[in-house]
Amino acid sequence: MYLSDQFRLKIGLAEMLKGGVIMDVTTAAQARIAEEAGAAAVMALERVPADIRKEGGVARMASIRVIREIMDTVSIPVMAKARIGHFAEARVLEALGVDYIDESEVLTPADEEHHIHKRDFQTPFVCGARNLGEALRRIAEGAAMIRTKGEAGSGNIVEAVRHMRTIVKEMKQLTVLGKEELVHESKKLAAPLELVEWVAANGKLPVPNFSAGGIATPADVSLVMHLGAEAVFVGSGIFKSEDPERRARAIVKAATYYADPLKLLEASSDLGEAMRGLDVATLPESELLQTRGW
Amino acid sequence: MKTVGVLALQGDFDAHRRALERVGACALEVRTAIEMDHCDGLVLPGGESTTMLKLLAQENLFEPLRRFGHTRPIYGSCAGAILLARTVAGPAQKSLNLLDISVERNAYGRQLDSRIARIPTAEHGEIEAVFIRAPIIRRVGDSVSIVAMYDGDPVWAEQGPHMVTTFHPELTSDSCVHRRFMDKL
Repeated sequence: MYLSDQFRLKIGLAEMLKGGVIMDVTTAAQARIAEEAGAAAVMALERVPADIRKEGGVARMASIRVIREIMDTVSIPVMAKARIGHFAEARVLEALGVDYIDESEVLTPADEEHHIHKRDFQTPFVCGARNLGEALRRIAEGAAMIRTKGEAGSGNIVEAVRHMRTIVKEMKQLTVLGKEELVHESKKLAAPLELVEWVAANGKLPVPNFSAGGIATPADVSLVMHLGAEAVFVGSGIFKSEDPERRARAIVKAATYYADPLKLLEASSDLGEAMRGLDVATLPESELLQTRGW
Repeated sequence: MKTVGVLALQGDFDAHRRALERVGACALEVRTAIEMDHCDGLVLPGGESTTMLKLLAQENLFEPLRRFGHTRPIYGSCAGAILLARTVAGPAQKSLNLLDISVERNAYGRQLDSRIARIPTAEHGEIEAVFIRAPIIRRVGDSVSIVAMYDGDPVWAEQGPHMVTTFHPELTSDSCVHRRFMDKL
């Protein structure tokens, strides 16, 4: 599967998004602002995670009318979210022709045991992960891009950092193990041996590895990219801030110049208020989005 | 050893860096005009041309890049080809006008229309061409020469020191495109 033309094309689009910012948008007007600011892609959804968190209720795939308007408005790739396990929502998004589907823990899960069998689709998928085992299981199911989950809608970077550090550390550890040890690791990670061996040989995931969930400032972008993220997803962080246009431009600049402190200083100046943010440690387990998916 | 920069504002610059190293170049990621000055040639990678344009304008890199093209070779793949073109449609946007071609963005359609094709070339035999939300070259000027065609459209073209492909050789193990670019330096 990993060398098939279809899988290479799925990964290929993810490669094109590297060094870029994928912005959550809920309307065509927001999509226009994101594109104007230099977003590499937009993610269409019904409500940004901070609002899902506040308002509660069942969060589903966005309205088809809105996704279509967004696709007609911007020339950059358009992604949309489907609920975990909801392969029928995913089929609708594929029929609509979106460029990427995010099987996302931000929406209310539709299946508490099974993720979508993503290999069956021609449209590429991105999935969230908190650790290497979770990432490799998603790739085995056909995901062509992984994003660390973080804690969506929190405006707090701590979980995105935890997840990126965890995945990178677990990958590093595999590179020093012998073949028989990898078999045991495969069991512990609950991931296919073939993928565990690939990571051990290459020290990275076989698909691009992006970061999401809690990014609110240019410095947050720089932090996760230093830790190994190849691009970032920003949800509530932009359209829940005081000046979305300016913040969107600053976040884009930070993704390019994440290793250049003077450019980051420029990006961080005169931004207005960031989104309010939540202390993840005070959230009850039942309100965490990251624990959805397995 | 020739130093080749890869414009690293956004996109698959890392894949180009590795492809350049495979053909013996010293590859350098370029994000500033000063870094550009160190290069004998430059590669504009695949990615989102709109994102690259915003950053080129915002960081005052557009004119330095155009001036670079007046003295040294540039190769653009996909989004890079869009940046190098004379005119761009679908929608219209600014470009460097270093190659006399007109391109239409996303002209095959969306991601579901992305494809891998095996196409014949006169000089390099059959090559594997990876098209991802690719543009189509709708017009080439008289002084542009075509290296490869796919489905009736030019997909690999050159003019003077500059070269474009609408596909992504950096996503394959075939180095003939990058080698041809090295020969121009």
